[in-house]
Amino acid sequence: MAEVETGGWKIKTGLAQMLKGGVIMDVVTPEHAKIAEQAGACAVMALERVPADIRAQGGVARMSDPELIQRIMDTVTIPVMAKCRIGHFVEAQILESIGVDYIDESEVLTPADEEHHIDKHTFRVPFVCGCRNLGEALRRIGEGAAMIRTKGEAGTGNVVEAVRHARTVLGAIRRLQSMAPEELMATAKEMGAPYELVVQVAQLGRLPVVNFAAGGIATPADAALMMQLGVDGVFVGSGIFKSSDPARRAEAIVKATTHFADPKILADVSKGLGEAMAGLEIRVIPEEERLAGRGW
Amino acid sequence: MTRCGVLALQGAFIEHVQLLSALGVDTVQVRRPDQLSGLDALIIPGGESTSVGKLAVAYGLVEPIRRMAQEGFPIWGTCAGMILLARDVGFGQPLLGVMDIVVRRNAFGRQVDSFEVGLDIPVLRTVSTGAECGRPFPGLFIRAPLVERLGPAAEALARLPDDVRIAGQAGAVVAARQGKLVATAFHPELTGDSRFHRYFLAVAGS
Repeated sequence: MAEVETGGWKIKTGLAQMLKGGVIMDVVTPEHAKIAEQAGACAVMALERVPADIRAQGGVARMSDPELIQRIMDTVTIPVMAKCRIGHFVEAQILESIGVDYIDESEVLTPADEEHHIDKHTFRVPFVCGCRNLGEALRRIGEGAAMIRTKGEAGTGNVVEAVRHARTVLGAIRRLQSMAPEELMATAKEMGAPYELVVQVAQLGRLPVVNFAAGGIATPADAALMMQLGVDGVFVGSGIFKSSDPARRAEAIVKATTHFADPKILADVSKGLGEAMAGLEIRVIPEEERLAGRGW
Repeated sequence: MTRCGVLALQGAFIEHVQLLSALGVDTVQVRRPDQLSGLDALIIPGGESTSVGKLAVAYGLVEPIRRMAQEGFPIWGTCAGMILLARDVGFGQPLLGVMDIVVRRNAFGRQVDSFEVGLDIPVLRTVSTGAECGRPFPGLFIRAPLVERLGPAAEALARLPDDVRIAGQAGAVVAARQGKLVATAFHPELTGDSRFHRYFLAVAGS
């Protein structure tokens, strides 16, 4: 009898590797999901409200209705992700039981635990988690996240925070690479990150899992900017379905993510897309309403 | 020296590039048709087949790659690549359709059903050395397809072993070859085991 292993680390991180160079799109209905799939999305994030609406409506944001997620799963053949609240391991158990392909333990929803994230090693389904810096990324990987995304500031259509977080993570990796081995322990202590992971990152020159950018990407040029900075792919939340021509914009962002280093193609796909989502200046958002600060 | 293209539209193309580079093979990331010239072989990596297929159509890659395959050019597709090589996947999406295989997508279910299993692949014996000999090949099946029907022009290279957890699929064909076209449902590029890459390079150079 052969040994068959499900839910192993390589199987969890492997799916994220298959998503690289792609665009993961937020969708709130099966119809949106179909549009995203036809535009070439490599996965969809099924949720009840896109971050821009969560931001506008306020209140407590929770896991979406499993029935909605299920309907989206039945509509498309690409992987379907769904969000649970930070620390809400029962929402995660529910999402695993209906068979979502990836769980996003997300700061876009209202946290359920202000000290602890989910112990993600105990699940067969893989998790993606947000981060603003390398220490946060490595704490999440230590807890079992098989994929990382830099947070940005979701629902703003403003790429500035996505750039800040990607630069912070990638810059910290470059600094680790130039350190003497004996400096890594003090650095691990300073970052609040597991020592073994710090050593691994210093050796690899990258995170040990796939790293996407998220939070504020609204145009093909935004997506290509994040790719040129060095992330493996992009999440686009409100940016597509809050624009005037979602199908066309979705396709343009997919093309821009593939041809991220080809300005001629980028110019071509950026033409005539209509109105992008209305953006938000980060300074006008009160500190307590910024989502990126959630998670520890 | 062999010059191997890796289709780099979406998916796990860097992993193939790194493995080939470690074998001393020159690689080219292919995103446009002009990048297909001067190659000795081509790999179509894992990724999302609908995404890769759509981009291949949009940038005019389908026709030239199909023509190359029909003229005997060596092409290896892993996972999504296997889907694109198939003549039929029972689903309306762009395909190269050059291999005489019918493939079922997501044949084992969703991600929670993805699995790893050791595979016995007889053709790898010719490229195995030392400790590799007789060692099962690590088969990573990630939302993987399988070959549902093998046409007369194609031959099976690997089948799933018997196991209760993949009951019903035991013995299913998960790697196939037709001339210089090779398809695998699993991901040798994620394993660090280069035997399958060496096998493909041997097929390409034959």
